[in-house]
Amino acid sequence: MDEPLNLVLFSGTDDKLQAAAVLTAGAAALGKPVNIFLQYWALDAFRAAKIGDDHGLAPEAGPAGRIAVDALAAAGQATWAETLRQAKDLGAVDIQACSLSMDLLHLESTDLDSLVDGVEGVTAFYLNAGEGQVVFI
Amino acid sequence: MPVVEITQTVDARGLSCPMPIVKTAQAVKPLPSGAVVELLATDVGSIKDVAAWCRATGNELIEQTSDGAVYRFVIRRK
Repeated sequence: MDEPLNLVLFSGTDDKLQAAAVLTAGAAALGKPVNIFLQYWALDAFRAAKIGDDHGLAPEAGPAGRIAVDALAAAGQATWAETLRQAKDLGAVDIQACSLSMDLLHLESTDLDSLVDGVEGVTAFYLNAGEGQVVFI
Repeated sequence: MPVVEITQTVDARGLSCPMPIVKTAQAVKPLPSGAVVELLATDVGSIKDVAAWCRATGNELIEQTSDGAVYRFVIRRK
């Protein structure tokens, strides 16, 4: 359990971010460190001004998927941001923004939600990943 | 059967995966060794998740029951 779980988040839709948050919280509950690297549209969803917005769903969700996701939310499912906050409270969860994506989106550190711990390049991400699995979402 | 004294109850009824485990882990963390936590959950995934979590973390699952709608787990802290 000592090797970290390393998640590269690329997609910025609420369903994929929710799935990533669930994987993170589960690992944190087991005492497994988690490194999250935010790229492209996932990083965009972590803007402080946009984190609570509706970020849509992956294309495969379709209208029926939209209804199913809304029903879970109405039943009180925690949002992905709240799930990540709880995971950080529980264990070693480090969330880093990809510096290239910061440039792409013209973002400064101060634009990001407090869930994000810092900005790093891909080399630092791999170094921290060690021998742990890397999952791309 | 000896009566087990519950130190704390985690009510995770209505919460979806992974919140029952997250809430349990949060509750167990500050407690002393030997403390007993009762978890109430409705997420069907919690049946396997609680057992797996206990195995991985070394905490002991001492009781597991269900009335069909609610799953009840009793866990003794490592």
